Amino acid sequence: MNRRLLGLAALAAGPVVVLGLFFVLPVTGMVSRGFFVDGQFAPGAVWEVLTRPRVARVLAFTVGSATAGTVLSLLLGLPAAYVLSRLELPGRRVVRALLLVPFVLPTIVVGVAFRQLLGEGGPLGFLGWEQTPVAIVLGLAFFNASVVIRTVGAAWESLDPRPGEAAAALGATPVQVLRTVTWPALRSSVVSSASVVFLFCATAFGIVLTLGGLRHATVETEIYLLTTNLYDLPAAAALSVLQLVVVVVLLAVTARFRTTSAAVQRRPFVPRRPARHDAPALLATALLLLYVAAPLVTLVSGSLRVGGEWSLGNYRALTTTGEYASLPVPVTEALATSLRTAVDATWMAVGVGLLLAVVVTRRSRSTAERRLRSGLDGLFMLPLGVSAVTLGFGLLVTLDSGVLDLRNSPLLVPIAQALVALPLVVRTLVPVLAGIDDRQRQAAASLGAGAWRTLLTVDVPVVWKPLLAACGFAFAVSLGEFGATAFLAREGAPTLPVVIFRLLGLPGAMNYGMALAASVVLAVTTAAVMLVVERLRVPSMGAL
Amino acid sequence: MTSGPILRLDDVSVRYEGTLAVDGVQLEVERGDVLAVLGPSGCGKSTLLRAIAGLEPISAGRITFDGEDLAGRPTHRRGFALMFQDGQLFGHLSVARNVGYALRLRRLGRAAVNARVSELLELVGLSGFEDRMPATLSGGERQRVALARALAVDPRLLLLDEPLSALDASLRQSLAADLRDILHTAGTTALMVTHDHDEAFAVAGRIAVMFDGSVVQQGPIAQVWASPEAPRTASFLGYARVLTGASARLVAEAAGLRAGGQLALRRSALRVAETGVLEGVVEQVTSTPEQLRLVVDVPGAGRLDAVARLDERLVVGESVHLSVDATRVAQMSV
Amino acid sequence: MKFLPISLRGTRRATTALAALTVLTGASLAGCSLVGGDSGSEGDAAKEVVLVTHDSFSLPDEVVAQFEEEHDIKLVVRGSGDAGALSAKLGLTAAKPIGDVAFGIDNTFASRTLDDGVFAEHSVELPPGAEEYALEEGGDRLVPVDTGHVCVNVDKAWFDKEGVAPPVTLADLTKAPYKDLMVVPSAASSSPGMAFLLTTHAAFGDDWKGYWEDLLDNGVKIVDGWSDAYYADFTAGGEAGKRPIVLSYDSSPAFTLDDDGESTTEALLETCFRQVEYAGVLEGAANPEAAELVLEFLLSEEVQSALPTSMYVYPVADATEIPDEWAAWAPSPTDPFVVPPDTIAEQRDTWLKEWTDLATR
Repeated sequence: MNRRLLGLAALAAGPVVVLGLFFVLPVTGMVSRGFFVDGQFAPGAVWEVLTRPRVARVLAFTVGSATAGTVLSLLLGLPAAYVLSRLELPGRRVVRALLLVPFVLPTIVVGVAFRQLLGEGGPLGFLGWEQTPVAIVLGLAFFNASVVIRTVGAAWESLDPRPGEAAAALGATPVQVLRTVTWPALRSSVVSSASVVFLFCATAFGIVLTLGGLRHATVETEIYLLTTNLYDLPAAAALSVLQLVVVVVLLAVTARFRTTSAAVQRRPFVPRRPARHDAPALLATALLLLYVAAPLVTLVSGSLRVGGEWSLGNYRALTTTGEYASLPVPVTEALATSLRTAVDATWMAVGVGLLLAVVVTRRSRSTAERRLRSGLDGLFMLPLGVSAVTLGFGLLVTLDSGVLDLRNSPLLVPIAQALVALPLVVRTLVPVLAGIDDRQRQAAASLGAGAWRTLLTVDVPVVWKPLLAACGFAFAVSLGEFGATAFLAREGAPTLPVVIFRLLGLPGAMNYGMALAASVVLAVTTAAVMLVVERLRVPSMGAL
Repeated sequence: MTSGPILRLDDVSVRYEGTLAVDGVQLEVERGDVLAVLGPSGCGKSTLLRAIAGLEPISAGRITFDGEDLAGRPTHRRGFALMFQDGQLFGHLSVARNVGYALRLRRLGRAAVNARVSELLELVGLSGFEDRMPATLSGGERQRVALARALAVDPRLLLLDEPLSALDASLRQSLAADLRDILHTAGTTALMVTHDHDEAFAVAGRIAVMFDGSVVQQGPIAQVWASPEAPRTASFLGYARVLTGASARLVAEAAGLRAGGQLALRRSALRVAETGVLEGVVEQVTSTPEQLRLVVDVPGAGRLDAVARLDERLVVGESVHLSVDATRVAQMSV
Repeated sequence: MKFLPISLRGTRRATTALAALTVLTGASLAGCSLVGGDSGSEGDAAKEVVLVTHDSFSLPDEVVAQFEEEHDIKLVVRGSGDAGALSAKLGLTAAKPIGDVAFGIDNTFASRTLDDGVFAEHSVELPPGAEEYALEEGGDRLVPVDTGHVCVNVDKAWFDKEGVAPPVTLADLTKAPYKDLMVVPSAASSSPGMAFLLTTHAAFGDDWKGYWEDLLDNGVKIVDGWSDAYYADFTAGGEAGKRPIVLSYDSSPAFTLDDDGESTTEALLETCFRQVEYAGVLEGAANPEAAELVLEFLLSEEVQSALPTSMYVYPVADATEIPDEWAAWAPSPTDPFVVPPDTIAEQRDTWLKEWTDLATR
C-alpha cells in the first residue's frame, strides 16, 4: 500500500465511518430485528411476507408510480431546464429559486393544497383525479421537477454550444441537434438526476398517503404501517430488504451512465435571446410554472383568510403558541430551531460530501480501484432509498450503549437530515470535480504545491461555487425534512415542519390558518436561501 | 557537485492498469542537456515522464537525481517542473499570477516575484501580458506562459509533455527554436516527450526512441539520426523507405557507401541529375512550392522516392538519372 | 493570514461568496447551531427526569415551571412521532429505555407495550374519577391521564341550510339522505380511523363487515388522515369541503364557534369510541423516584385542568374544571363504545387486514 492510497483511504475513512455508524449500522440493526424471533434466527417469517400477494402489489405500485413520477418530472423539468439555463429571460434566477420551493414544503401541506384543487369541491374536481394514481404522480412531479431543473440545467449551462452550431451548419434541424449532439452530452446528468428523482419518488411517504387515499400503498407507507401500527417487524424487515434490493439494482443500472468520462471543457456561456423554435420549451415552462404555482397560490390565499375575510391574523399568531397555547413553542421559535438544525445538517452533509467527492473523483490507477470508487459513490446514494422509519427506529435500537448512546443527542436530527441531503451534495460536486483536467493538479504539484495547496489552487476555485449551491440544497432539504425528524427525540425543540404537522392535527380555524401561514414562512425562507445561492453562482461552473 | 549524468533511470518499469506501460527503461541525462523521448502514442513515454515527475509509482527499478534516489519523494518536493501540451494554465489566475505561482509558494516577497515575472515574460517574449487572463491568449501565447511558469523557480529538471504539439506548423517551428534558445540560455536540464521527430530535432540535443514501453535506441541526436537501429525507428525518424538486400546494395553503391545491411532513405535522398548513377522511369510527379516530388521505378531497386528542381518539367514515363545524397541515407546493421 | 495562496482578487462575487461561506461556518461555530447551543445538561443528570411522549404533548410553561421548582428537578420532554410510533419506539428500546417515564400510550396500544415489558410497577394513587379509566390488566403499571372520544361530527349549519335532519346513530349513516355526505380517515394510517373501525366492532359485533359494506355503498369517502378529512373534505373545516359529516372528536365542536359564540358543528354522542391515554414509569429508568413524581404531576389538578386547552382532551379526574366552551358545546358521551385493550392487541392485525380488503375492494 503506497502513500497515495493511504492518503485516499484516510480521506475516505471519515465519510465511511459516518455512513457506517449512522446508516449501515442502524438499518441492519433494525432489519435484523425482523430476522430474529425470540433470539432465534428465523428467516422463514421474512420469506413468508415476501410471498404475500399484497407485497407484490405494493412493490409493483411503488415501482410503477415512481417510474411515472420520474418520467413526468423529466417531461416537465427538461424543457424548463433548457429555458432557464440557455435563454436570456427576465427574472430567470428568481424563477429558478421559486421552483425549488415545492421541494421543501411539508407534504402534508402540499397534500391539503392539492386536494383543495383536485378534490370534489376544487376547481379541478371535475377531472375526477382525486384518490387516483394520477394524483399521486402529479404530486410526485410537483416535488421533484425542480431537482431535474437544477441538476440538468447546470450541465446544460456549461455545455459548449459550438458542436451544436457545427451540426446546425451541416444541416441538422434543432430536433436533430438535440438528439445527436445535445442529448449525448447531457445524458449522464439526465440519468443522474432521474435516479435521484426516482429514489425520492419511491420513498415518498406523505404525498402518497394524502393524494392516493388508502387504495394505493407503497413500500414506504407499508413499512410505516407495519412498524408503528402492527408492530410486525419481520414484515417490515422484509419490505426494507426489498427496498434496498430495488435501490441497489437501480444504482447499478444507472452507475454506468453516471460516470463522467472525459474532462469537460468549461467555458463561460452567455444566454441567448429566445428564438422561434424555443416556443414549445417556453410553453412547457409556463405550464410548469402554472402547475407549481396553483397549489402555492391556494396555500398563500388560505393563509391570508381569517373567518372568511382577508387578514394577516394568521401571521401575527406565529409568535404565539396558538389560540389555546397548544404548541410547545411559538412558531417563530420553531423556525429558529429549524434554521439552527439546518446549519448543522448543512456543514455535516457538505463536509462529508466534499471529502467523498474528492475521493471518488481522484484518478484511479487500476480497474479494481475504479470499481471501489464507484461502489463508494453508489453506497452514499443509499440513504435516499431507505425508509425513514427503518432508519429512525434503527438509530434508536443500535446507538444505545456507551459513548455511542446518541439516541437523545440533539445532533441526531441534523445527522439524519444530513444523510438525506448527502446524495444531493455528492451528485452536485462529483461532476464538477470529475470535470477538472487532472493535469492541472499535476502541473501544480510539479511546481512545488503539496496536496493541500494543489486542492486550493486547482479544485477549490472551480468547486467553491457549486459547493455553495450544495450548501443551499442541503440547507433546503434540512428545512423541509419531516420523515426522519418526526421520529427522533428532541428536547422541546420541534422544527417548523413538525409544528406545522401538529397544527394541522388540531381542529379550529386558527390552527389551520397558522399552519398555512407557517408553511408560507417555510417556503419564503427556502426561496430566500435559494435566491442567495443563485446570486452567488457562476453560470459556467454551477452544477445545481 | 557530482560528475556524470544528473538524471539516471535504472531498469525502470511502470505497471499501469495491469499492463507494463514502461518496461525496464535505462536512461541518462547530463546536466544542462535536453533529452527528447520520441515514440508513437501509447508507447509509454508519457507514463515514463509522469514516473519521473513522481505522479506515477514505479513498479521496479530506480530513478536517481543528482545521486539521490527519488523513491518516496513526492512530486511537489522534487524541484522539477512539468509543462503540458496545452499549457494547463490556472484559468482563474492572471498571466502574472500563473507565472509567479511557484515563487509565491516559496514565499518570495512581492517585489521579487514581480521582478522575476517580468524577467520571465520578457524571456518568452510576452512582456506586458501580466494582467491578461489565460482565456484571452492564443495557443502559442499560452504555451509561452506555461514555459515561463515552469522556468520560474529554476527547476532542477524541466519535464515537457509534447510541448508544441497543439500548435500549428509555422508557430511550432518558431516556438521550437525559441524553446531551444531559452533552455540553452537558462542552462536548464530538460526531458521532453514527443511523437514528432521535427520537434525533437529542433529542441533536443539527445534523443531516446521508445517503442512498446522500451527504449530501443538512445544517443546524440545526429548519431541516432544517422544510424537508426531498425526499420520502425527509421520510419519514425522520418525516413520514407527502408531498402533491404539487392536494392539496398544497389543504392548504397550509388551513394559511395560500403554495401551491407539495410538502408533507410529520406524522401530527398535521390535527386534527378544528369551525372546520376541510377536510372529509372518516372511513375508519378507531384509539385510542391520548393521542388518536384517523384516516384521513380529503378530496375533492380524497385520504386523509390526522388526529388527534382521545379524547372525540370518532368512527365510520367520519362527516363531519368538519379544521384544519391549520402547524408540523407542511413545504414542499419542487420 | 498574510499570504493568500489563491487569487481571490478582482471578483467582487468571489468576496461575497467567501463572506457567505465564512458566515455559515462562523454561524455554526458561534452557537447558531445545535452543536454550539447544547446546554450542558450532562453535569446534573441526577437532577433531571426525562419524559418520553408523542408529538401532541404540550403543557403550559408555568405549570411545568412550578413542578420543576417544587421538586428541584428539570423536566426534559422528548416528544416525537404519533402514538403508534411512540409505542413502537418504547417496545424497541424496552431493554435500554430512552427516558424515565412515558406518556401517550392509548388503549389501542397499551396491551402491546405491557407485553413487551416496557413499564415498571408504580405506587401512585389515582384521583377520584380516574379509576373508571384504569386498565383491568396492567393498572399497576399504567395510569390513565386523559380521555377523549372519537365521534362522528356533523355540520349543523349545512343541514339547517339544506333542510335535512342530521343523522343521529351509526345506522343512520348508511341511509339514503346521507349518501355521499361522509368522510372518514383511514384505519390503516390514522388513529381516529382505527378507533372508528373499533367502534363498528363494538356496535355490530361479527356483523361489522356488513355495516362497512353499507357505508361504502352509501358513498363514504376514506382519506389518509384526520387533517385530510377535516380540512379538505368537511364543509365546516376548509373552504373547499363538500361533505358535512366527518369523523372527528367529541371536543371538536368547541372549536367551530360562529360570531354569536355558538358552535356550528355537533358530535353525535351515540357514535363515540373512548380513547384513554396512559402514562407509566419505564422499566430500567435511571430515575424511577422522579418518574413517579411526574406521574403524580400528570394527575395533579394543574395538569388535569390544562389538558383541554393544551392537548384537546378531557381530564380523567372528576373534580377538574373544564373550559366554558367545552361545557357548552363539547359534552362527553355518557355511554361510549369500548373494546378491551387485550382484544384490540389480539385482533388489530386481522381486523385491519379484513377492513383494508373491504375498503379497497
